[in-house]
Amino acid sequence: MKTVRVIPCLDVDDGRVVKGVNFVGLRDAGDPVELAALYDEQGADELVFLDIGASHEDRDTTVEMATAVAEKVFIPFTIGGGVRTVDDARKLLRAGADKVSINSAAVSRPELITEIATEFGSQCCVVAIDPRRSTTPGLSSGYEIFTRGGRQATGIDAVEWAQKAEQLGAGELLVTSMDRDGTYEGFDNEMLTAITSVVNIPVIASGGVGSVEHLAPGVIEGGADAVLAASIFHFGEASVAEAKESLTEAGLIVRPIA
Amino acid sequence: MGAKVAVLDYGIGNLHSAQKGLLHLGVDAKLTSNPAEIEAADGVVLPGVGAFGATMNALEQSGLGVLAVDAAASGRPFLGICVGMQVLYERSEEAPDVKGLGILNGSVRRLPAGVKHPQMQWNQLEVTSEHPLLEGLDGEWFYFVHSFAAEHTSDVIAVTDYGGPVVAASANDNVWATQFHPEKSSNVGLTLVSNFVKQVERSVA
Repeated sequence: MKTVRVIPCLDVDDGRVVKGVNFVGLRDAGDPVELAALYDEQGADELVFLDIGASHEDRDTTVEMATAVAEKVFIPFTIGGGVRTVDDARKLLRAGADKVSINSAAVSRPELITEIATEFGSQCCVVAIDPRRSTTPGLSSGYEIFTRGGRQATGIDAVEWAQKAEQLGAGELLVTSMDRDGTYEGFDNEMLTAITSVVNIPVIASGGVGSVEHLAPGVIEGGADAVLAASIFHFGEASVAEAKESLTEAGLIVRPIA
Repeated sequence: MGAKVAVLDYGIGNLHSAQKGLLHLGVDAKLTSNPAEIEAADGVVLPGVGAFGATMNALEQSGLGVLAVDAAASGRPFLGICVGMQVLYERSEEAPDVKGLGILNGSVRRLPAGVKHPQMQWNQLEVTSEHPLLEGLDGEWFYFVHSFAAEHTSDVIAVTDYGGPVVAASANDNVWATQFHPEKSSNVGLTLVSNFVKQVERSVA
């Protein structure tokens, strides 16, 4: 049976969890280890930490954070943001992360996907894709991928890139709509469908969740395998239990909360 | 003193999680490739992530394949996890030219068609044969990440439904194995690890 995963996403800067609306105007929402343990208790199926810090020191802090989380929390977690080399990936995986997510670095050097997949297995290589609707000429799907946290247009077609990432060895795609991120209007299910209909690897829907009712359509309409949200969980607007209730009411199967 | 468990470190992927789970339970667990430490351990864990072929290569290059076979033959409690379960078998469709450790009889096969590969999700365990490893865990949910699974043999003790019944756990004498990741399956996963530790403790008592 297919079981939908509910994945809270924690944006991390310098070892602290923060969440921005459209990636600006950050608010502090706590300690990563405590939050991870809390989400585990609440029944989260997996966690994603996105490191939005850029400094060299921040890299080391993130590795320390992975170590600390892995000692206390026994559910799978992914770390993304700033992973540029096989060595970056190795440090995070050896610290205890189960997967690394790569975005900008994969766009500038697609071989990185294959390198990480070959060295550690596809299952720990998540490729994050940030599409936005675009009128840039030459895009066959009408969706363009953006990098650098949604700031940098690439001229690359998002659907073609998703297929290429799969071919290169990605084990999973984390697809965040740049049109919806931070808007609380729900997933861009049309965009998700364009991607999920052409790849065979699991897809995590992301970007735009403003209420638990927004989650199920990402799976039912968008074809995603997992749903990711940040703000609604962090600021207590909804619990993981409520998210799972809502998915169940929509006829989907989730791991019940113990 | 508590029982000592050696977690075999053959240098690839993320092999630390199994050790962290054991340490969390207060077990003297070492991630090691040292033959003397493995020999001295009361129980042995063979963790795994990634591909069958790459894992077998790493086990051979590090000499840990032979040590794993010896440990299993010694009668000490032995637990294989995920690819660490798959390599216990004789062969896999994932790498037809690579021989497995052959500690368990049978082959590893691709997951059924018509479902996504890999299975990357939590799924429910159906215990098909009562076993101390799975005590109290029938119907519980565990985290799976895999595209291949062992074929159905008389060693199977639990299955999960993914396009049909898929082998989730096996056991033959002192050799126990799970396709899912107990060390990533929250509290129920730790219960399973603790069931294994109890067996290790019984074996040294």
